[in-house]
Amino acid sequence: MSENVTPAMVLDLKGLLCPMPVVKLAGAIKKVEVGAIIEATATDPGVMADIPAWTKSTGNELVKMEREGKVITFWVKRLK
Amino acid sequence: MSEELEKCSMVICSGDMDKVMAAFIIATTAASMGRETTMFFTFWGMKAIQKGNLTGSSFFERMLGVMNRGGVDRIGPSRLNFGGMGRWMFKKMMKAKGVTPLAELRQTALDLGVTLLACQMSMDVMGIKREDLIDEVADVVGAATYCNLALQGKTMFI
Repeated sequence: MSENVTPAMVLDLKGLLCPMPVVKLAGAIKKVEVGAIIEATATDPGVMADIPAWTKSTGNELVKMEREGKVITFWVKRLK
Repeated sequence: MSEELEKCSMVICSGDMDKVMAAFIIATTAASMGRETTMFFTFWGMKAIQKGNLTGSSFFERMLGVMNRGGVDRIGPSRLNFGGMGRWMFKKMMKAKGVTPLAELRQTALDLGVTLLACQMSMDVMGIKREDLIDEVADVVGAATYCNLALQGKTMFI
Protein backbone atom coordinates (compact mmCIF):
# COMPACT_ATOMS: atom_id res chain seq x y z
CA MET A 1 0.00 0.00 0.00
CA SER A 2 1.43 3.34 -0.96
CA GLU A 3 2.18 5.46 2.09
CA ASN A 4 0.41 8.54 0.78
CA VAL A 5 -3.09 7.04 1.00
CA THR A 6 -4.77 7.29 4.37
CA PRO A 7 -7.63 4.85 4.88
CA ALA A 8 -10.96 6.48 5.67
CA MET A 9 -11.71 3.65 8.05
CA VAL A 10 -9.76 0.91 9.80
CA LEU A 11 -11.62 -2.33 10.45
CA ASP A 12 -10.54 -5.02 12.87
CA LEU A 13 -12.00 -8.33 11.69
CA LYS A 14 -9.57 -10.51 13.59
CA GLY A 15 -11.11 -13.59 15.16
CA LEU A 16 -14.24 -13.40 13.01
CA LEU A 17 -15.19 -16.37 10.87
CA CYS A 18 -17.32 -16.75 7.75
CA PRO A 19 -19.58 -14.96 6.93
CA MET A 20 -18.85 -12.11 9.36
CA PRO A 21 -15.76 -10.52 7.72
CA VAL A 22 -17.76 -9.99 4.53
CA VAL A 23 -20.88 -8.89 6.41
CA LYS A 24 -18.91 -6.33 8.45
CA LEU A 25 -17.07 -5.05 5.39
CA ALA A 26 -20.37 -4.65 3.51
CA GLY A 27 -21.76 -2.63 6.41
CA ALA A 28 -18.63 -0.49 6.68
CA ILE A 29 -18.35 0.35 2.99
CA LYS A 30 -21.68 2.16 3.12
CA LYS A 31 -20.27 4.50 5.75
CA VAL A 32 -17.37 5.82 3.67
CA GLU A 33 -17.44 8.09 0.63
CA VAL A 34 -17.09 6.73 -2.90
CA GLY A 35 -13.37 6.67 -3.65
CA ALA A 36 -12.42 6.17 -0.01
CA ILE A 37 -10.34 3.24 1.19
CA ILE A 38 -10.98 0.87 4.06
CA GLU A 39 -8.08 -0.91 5.68
CA ALA A 40 -8.99 -4.19 7.35
CA THR A 41 -7.19 -6.91 9.24
CA ALA A 42 -8.51 -10.45 9.58
CA THR A 43 -7.35 -13.85 10.75
CA ASP A 44 -9.79 -16.10 8.89
CA PRO A 45 -7.83 -17.53 5.91
CA GLY A 46 -11.16 -17.72 4.07
CA VAL A 47 -11.00 -13.98 3.42
CA MET A 48 -8.19 -14.59 0.91
CA ALA A 49 -10.83 -15.94 -1.47
CA ASP A 50 -13.95 -14.28 -0.12
CA ILE A 51 -12.93 -10.63 -0.15
CA PRO A 52 -11.94 -10.77 -3.85
CA ALA A 53 -15.26 -12.53 -4.55
CA TRP A 54 -17.13 -9.83 -2.65
CA THR A 55 -15.39 -6.92 -4.39
CA LYS A 56 -15.97 -8.57 -7.77
CA SER A 57 -19.65 -9.07 -7.06
CA THR A 58 -20.27 -5.62 -5.59
CA GLY A 59 -18.13 -3.66 -8.06
CA ASN A 60 -15.69 -2.34 -5.49
CA GLU A 61 -11.91 -2.57 -5.74
CA LEU A 62 -9.54 -4.75 -3.80
CA VAL A 63 -6.48 -2.53 -3.86
CA LYS A 64 -4.14 -4.90 -2.10
CA MET A 65 -4.08 -7.92 0.17
CA GLU A 66 -1.14 -9.20 2.13
CA ARG A 67 -0.55 -11.92 4.67
CA GLU A 68 1.90 -11.83 7.53
CA GLY A 69 1.76 -14.99 9.56
CA LYS A 70 -1.85 -15.42 10.59
CA VAL A 71 -2.88 -11.83 10.02
CA ILE A 72 -4.25 -10.83 6.64
CA THR A 73 -4.45 -7.15 5.82
CA PHE A 74 -6.37 -5.79 2.88
CA TRP A 75 -7.41 -2.47 1.43
CA VAL A 76 -10.72 -2.04 -0.32
CA LYS A 77 -11.71 1.04 -2.29
CA ARG A 78 -15.37 1.96 -2.57
CA LEU A 79 -16.19 2.47 -6.23
CA LYS A 80 -19.97 2.75 -6.11
CA MET B 1 -26.16 -1.08 -5.66
CA SER B 2 -28.17 -1.18 -8.86
CA GLU B 3 -31.64 -2.63 -9.21
CA GLU B 4 -30.65 -4.88 -12.10
CA LEU B 5 -28.92 -7.29 -9.74
CA GLU B 6 -30.57 -10.67 -9.70
CA LYS B 7 -32.45 -11.53 -6.56
CA CYS B 8 -31.49 -14.43 -4.34
CA SER B 9 -34.18 -16.68 -2.95
CA MET B 10 -33.90 -19.78 -0.83
CA VAL B 11 -36.22 -22.55 0.27
CA ILE B 12 -35.35 -23.92 3.70
CA CYS B 13 -37.07 -27.26 4.00
CA SER B 14 -34.72 -28.65 6.63
CA GLY B 15 -34.86 -27.98 10.34
CA ASP B 16 -31.39 -29.35 10.99
CA MET B 17 -28.93 -27.03 12.68
CA ASP B 18 -26.21 -27.55 10.08
CA LYS B 19 -28.45 -26.87 7.11
CA VAL B 20 -30.21 -23.90 8.68
CA MET B 21 -26.82 -22.49 9.55
CA ALA B 22 -25.59 -22.88 5.98
CA ALA B 23 -28.77 -21.19 4.77
CA PHE B 24 -28.30 -18.16 7.03
CA ILE B 25 -24.60 -17.90 6.15
CA ILE B 26 -25.38 -17.82 2.44
CA ALA B 27 -28.32 -15.46 2.92
CA THR B 28 -26.28 -12.95 4.95
CA THR B 29 -23.48 -13.11 2.39
CA ALA B 30 -25.82 -12.62 -0.57
CA ALA B 31 -27.40 -9.66 1.22
CA SER B 32 -23.90 -8.29 1.87
CA MET B 33 -23.32 -8.46 -1.86
CA GLY B 34 -26.29 -6.18 -2.37
CA ARG B 35 -28.72 -8.89 -3.43
CA GLU B 36 -32.32 -8.65 -2.37
CA THR B 37 -32.56 -11.93 -0.47
CA THR B 38 -35.62 -13.89 0.60
CA MET B 39 -35.77 -17.06 2.66
CA PHE B 40 -38.89 -19.19 2.40
CA PHE B 41 -39.25 -21.60 5.34
CA THR B 42 -41.31 -24.70 4.83
CA PHE B 43 -42.00 -28.01 6.60
CA TRP B 44 -39.14 -28.84 9.02
CA GLY B 45 -37.55 -25.53 8.14
CA MET B 46 -40.35 -23.80 10.07
CA LYS B 47 -38.45 -24.66 13.26
CA ALA B 48 -35.85 -22.02 12.47
CA ILE B 49 -38.44 -19.22 12.61
CA GLN B 50 -40.57 -20.51 15.48
CA LYS B 51 -40.42 -18.90 18.88
CA GLY B 52 -40.01 -22.32 20.45
CA ASN B 53 -43.25 -22.65 22.40
CA LEU B 54 -45.39 -25.77 22.21
CA THR B 55 -47.77 -25.69 19.26
CA GLY B 56 -50.95 -27.27 17.99
CA SER B 57 -54.48 -27.76 19.24
CA SER B 58 -55.57 -31.20 18.01
CA PHE B 59 -54.05 -34.36 19.48
CA PHE B 60 -51.76 -35.01 16.51
CA GLU B 61 -50.71 -31.38 16.24
CA ARG B 62 -49.79 -31.26 19.91
CA MET B 63 -47.87 -34.54 19.66
CA LEU B 64 -45.95 -33.10 16.74
CA GLY B 65 -45.38 -29.92 18.73
CA VAL B 66 -43.79 -31.92 21.55
CA MET B 67 -41.70 -34.24 19.37
CA ASN B 68 -40.66 -31.60 16.88
CA ARG B 69 -40.39 -28.53 19.01
CA GLY B 70 -39.20 -25.45 17.16
CA GLY B 71 -36.87 -22.62 18.08
CA VAL B 72 -33.54 -21.77 16.55
CA ASP B 73 -31.62 -22.69 19.70
CA ARG B 74 -33.31 -26.04 20.03
CA ILE B 75 -32.58 -27.54 16.62
CA GLY B 76 -29.85 -30.15 16.38
CA PRO B 77 -27.42 -31.31 13.71
CA SER B 78 -28.63 -33.71 11.00
CA ARG B 79 -26.07 -36.29 12.08
CA LEU B 80 -24.51 -37.21 15.44
CA ASN B 81 -27.13 -35.43 17.51
CA PHE B 82 -27.54 -38.29 20.05
CA GLY B 83 -30.64 -36.80 21.62
CA GLY B 84 -29.18 -33.35 22.05
CA MET B 85 -25.60 -34.24 22.97
CA GLY B 86 -24.46 -33.46 19.44
CA ARG B 87 -26.11 -30.06 19.49
CA TRP B 88 -24.43 -29.26 22.79
CA MET B 89 -21.06 -30.43 21.49
CA PHE B 90 -21.30 -28.53 18.21
CA LYS B 91 -22.38 -25.35 19.97
CA LYS B 92 -19.40 -25.66 22.31
CA MET B 93 -16.99 -26.34 19.45
CA MET B 94 -18.32 -23.48 17.38
CA LYS B 95 -18.18 -21.09 20.31
CA ALA B 96 -14.56 -22.05 20.96
CA LYS B 97 -13.70 -21.21 17.34
CA GLY B 98 -15.63 -17.95 17.38
CA VAL B 99 -18.35 -18.94 14.92
CA THR B 100 -21.38 -16.66 15.09
CA PRO B 101 -24.21 -18.50 16.88
CA LEU B 102 -27.29 -19.37 14.86
CA ALA B 103 -29.64 -16.94 16.62
CA GLU B 104 -27.19 -14.10 16.08
CA LEU B 105 -26.76 -15.08 12.44
CA ARG B 106 -30.52 -14.94 11.97
CA GLN B 107 -30.55 -11.47 13.54
CA THR B 108 -27.70 -10.41 11.24
CA ALA B 109 -29.73 -11.59 8.25
CA LEU B 110 -32.67 -9.50 9.44
CA ASP B 111 -30.43 -6.48 10.03
CA LEU B 112 -29.18 -6.81 6.47
CA GLY B 113 -32.73 -6.73 5.18
CA VAL B 114 -33.20 -10.42 4.39
CA THR B 115 -36.92 -11.20 4.14
CA LEU B 116 -38.17 -14.23 6.05
CA LEU B 117 -41.31 -15.87 4.71
CA ALA B 118 -43.28 -18.72 6.25
CA CYS B 119 -45.17 -21.42 4.38
CA GLN B 120 -48.91 -21.21 4.96
CA MET B 121 -49.55 -24.84 4.09
CA SER B 122 -46.93 -26.18 6.51
CA MET B 123 -48.48 -24.09 9.24
CA ASP B 124 -51.95 -25.43 8.45
CA VAL B 125 -50.76 -29.04 8.43
CA MET B 126 -48.70 -28.81 11.61
CA GLY B 127 -51.03 -26.52 13.50
CA ILE B 128 -48.49 -23.72 13.80
CA LYS B 129 -50.02 -20.27 14.25
CA ARG B 130 -48.65 -16.87 13.28
CA GLU B 131 -48.05 -16.08 16.94
CA ASP B 132 -45.86 -19.21 17.20
CA LEU B 133 -43.46 -17.60 14.73
CA ILE B 134 -40.97 -14.88 15.58
CA ASP B 135 -42.37 -11.40 14.97
CA GLU B 136 -39.69 -10.66 12.35
CA VAL B 137 -41.27 -13.05 9.83
CA ALA B 138 -42.42 -10.69 7.08
CA ASP B 139 -45.35 -12.71 5.77
CA VAL B 140 -47.05 -16.07 5.59
CA VAL B 141 -47.33 -17.06 1.95
CA GLY B 142 -47.75 -19.88 -0.56
CA ALA B 143 -45.69 -21.35 -3.36
CA ALA B 144 -46.82 -18.80 -5.94
CA THR B 145 -45.31 -15.95 -3.93
CA TYR B 146 -42.08 -17.89 -3.67
CA CYS B 147 -42.02 -18.82 -7.36
CA ASN B 148 -42.61 -15.21 -8.30
CA LEU B 149 -39.45 -14.29 -6.37
CA ALA B 150 -37.49 -17.33 -7.54
CA LEU B 151 -38.10 -16.44 -11.18
CA GLN B 152 -36.42 -13.08 -10.63
CA GLY B 153 -33.04 -14.55 -9.83
CA LYS B 154 -31.07 -17.40 -8.42
CA THR B 155 -32.69 -19.89 -6.12
CA MET B 156 -31.42 -22.47 -3.67
CA PHE B 157 -33.10 -25.40 -1.97
CA ILE B 158 -31.84 -26.42 1.44
